[in-house]
Amino acid sequence: MQRIYLDHNATTPVLPAAADRMVAVLRDEFGNPSSVHHFGQRAKAAVDDARSEIAALIGAEPAEVLFTSGGTEADNIAIRGAAEVLESSGKRHLIASAIEHEAVLNTLKALAKRGFRTTLLSVDESGIVSPASLRDALADDTAVVSVMHANNEIGTIQPIAELAGLAHERGALFHTDAVQSAGKIPIAVKALDVDMLSISGHKFYGPKGVGALWVRRGVRVLPLLTGGRQERSRRAGTENVPGIAGMGVAAHAALAKMKDEGARLAVLRDRLEAGILSGVPGTAVNGSTATRVPNTTNISFDRVEAESLLIALDLEGIAVSTGSACSSGTLEPSHVLKAMGFNAHRTQNSIRFSLGAANTEAEIDRVIAVLPGIVEKLRSLTRAPARAR
Amino acid sequence: MRIVVAMSGGVDSSVAAALLAEQGHDVIGLSMQLYDQRGGEQTWGSCCTLDDLHDARRVASRLGFPHYIVNFERRFQETVISNFVQEYAAGRTPLPCAHCNSDLKFSTLLDRARGLGGECVATGHYARVEQSQVGRWLLKRSADGEKDQSYFLFSLTQDQLARAAFPVGTLTKPEVREQARRLGLAVADKPDSQEICFVPDGDYASFVARREPAVSREGAILDRDGRALGTHAGIHRFTVGQRKGLGIASTSPLYVLKIDADAGSVTVGPREALEQARLTASDVNWISIDAPQTPVAVSAQIRHRHKPAAGRVHALAEGRAEMVFDEAQPAITPGQAVVFYDSDTVVGGGWID
Repeated sequence: MQRIYLDHNATTPVLPAAADRMVAVLRDEFGNPSSVHHFGQRAKAAVDDARSEIAALIGAEPAEVLFTSGGTEADNIAIRGAAEVLESSGKRHLIASAIEHEAVLNTLKALAKRGFRTTLLSVDESGIVSPASLRDALADDTAVVSVMHANNEIGTIQPIAELAGLAHERGALFHTDAVQSAGKIPIAVKALDVDMLSISGHKFYGPKGVGALWVRRGVRVLPLLTGGRQERSRRAGTENVPGIAGMGVAAHAALAKMKDEGARLAVLRDRLEAGILSGVPGTAVNGSTATRVPNTTNISFDRVEAESLLIALDLEGIAVSTGSACSSGTLEPSHVLKAMGFNAHRTQNSIRFSLGAANTEAEIDRVIAVLPGIVEKLRSLTRAPARAR
Repeated sequence: MRIVVAMSGGVDSSVAAALLAEQGHDVIGLSMQLYDQRGGEQTWGSCCTLDDLHDARRVASRLGFPHYIVNFERRFQETVISNFVQEYAAGRTPLPCAHCNSDLKFSTLLDRARGLGGECVATGHYARVEQSQVGRWLLKRSADGEKDQSYFLFSLTQDQLARAAFPVGTLTKPEVREQARRLGLAVADKPDSQEICFVPDGDYASFVARREPAVSREGAILDRDGRALGTHAGIHRFTVGQRKGLGIASTSPLYVLKIDADAGSVTVGPREALEQARLTASDVNWISIDAPQTPVAVSAQIRHRHKPAAGRVHALAEGRAEMVFDEAQPAITPGQAVVFYDSDTVVGGGWID
């Protein structure tokens, strides 16, 4: 079966050049980057080459980039690390948007249990955080505001610079989870006006298990892991040298072709979206179509359960997803669509299509061709909920 | 033929799926997630837990067919668990496995299967389904009399039986384990699930009281003449035929004879008073015959481990039936199923009034 992968916001295939680099580093650069000798120096160089590539991807200084095990750890260091520093100065309030990734939401929950006040900013139907809601939520003791750059489920891009400016006016730090935007759209940390920014290697054709956190010079974060002095004492533990090197190659490639690839994906995405909206009755796009990353669309299918549609598409060789899955891999109502004010049905009938490098026009046309029949079949078998005896 | 197999992660449904795959069918495994497992830790459940779901996935992966986990939490609450709680609150003793079969596996799951192009749903039940010469679908006992589960499947309609397959129904349990070993399945020696899956500690009373606090209402324990012998802490703690936990001193053993939900009372008496020769049942599902207007000879089973007893059954109005046993039977329990058999064939069955 010819399989079509349309779930690039979950993960991407590793770029062959990145995989080659990883294998080379794994074989040949086995030294410990902390070691003084030749072997250590070579490994350190591999890490720092990658650091420069990551810095270039987000318009930052290499020295401000620290490597992590992924986006989740980066989010945790940013929010916990900064909150712990600011706690002693009486700042015990945290703000995030209601459409954040669980890495942020559950970090806030954990800090709430430790006595922090937390505020979640709701969004409207466009899926975009309003600056007015942040202005209302900010307080004198707000320590950190965390709002994602692009949403993972619907792809909407948030007005980060404006939000960060408001936070700074009230003396709060601003963190953005840029896991879904890095490699897809241009990022310049200065223009975004943020203090901390998280990225993840496997979302832009790098390997899994490696990510990075950019921390503006002068911003203090307490380390989560205690140990050696790696990463300027902010992230202890011997570096994942092959993973970091692979991510560096992927970052370089993503930056080099970002403009052309973004334009190509937007055309394909729009073709898919238009094809579904015209070919399948009872469909609608979730969230603003004006400001979003070029590879993502999230579409609700009236009178269909997303779970069934996802399985039926997989049996046709088409891999898509909804935004959120629980530990067993089953689907939960989307917290993002819930926060946008959609009813219970719509939070469970929506499918995310996220395109990537290998997708072709022919693949998109095949999806458009098979979807109407699948949806019609599922709708014909939907029965009203049975009553309990 | 595309067949959807309901996989619990146990050895029976794993072997069922494997045998169908081996026969060349286009198998799709579906596992139902029935409880909240977001914590990653098992809070309740002795079957279909996160570990069980992962076991099912490993079986599918080994045999090379697709496997998905479907979230039926809400549906399970609305049907099986809500019925379980309501029945106890009404002074009856529920049989959730039968509801799960007819209201979940062979309704919601079957609908899902059909949406995916599946012709039928196969499970790991020990029972057989056959089509008679006149085209009627028959439910029969399994080859393993000890493991037979036809009692829990009596409420399947002709439409449901037509789309049901029980691949291990012709095997004995040891044969199923042997097949699992032959196929190299990691679940070959997994213990059988026990009790009711969503109450693994067996403490039904606490489970019911947590969901329906109103049941914990004190009431009277009466003798057969209506004299008060003592009090109890809620009728949901009792089932007809129960002897333990009455908290009443008596020279001869006392058994629960009757539970009156309206009055909140429990009537007790000696063992011989438990025996009755007649019962009526509701929501009767006739399988091998149309509703008999005159009594027909059957053997009737009134609980899972009951040895079927001979007698005659006939249909009453409004989907009910009356069964008269040749010899009185102990502890006929409202809420349990009565299933009528003609030898190995299920004639029909209903819910004891």
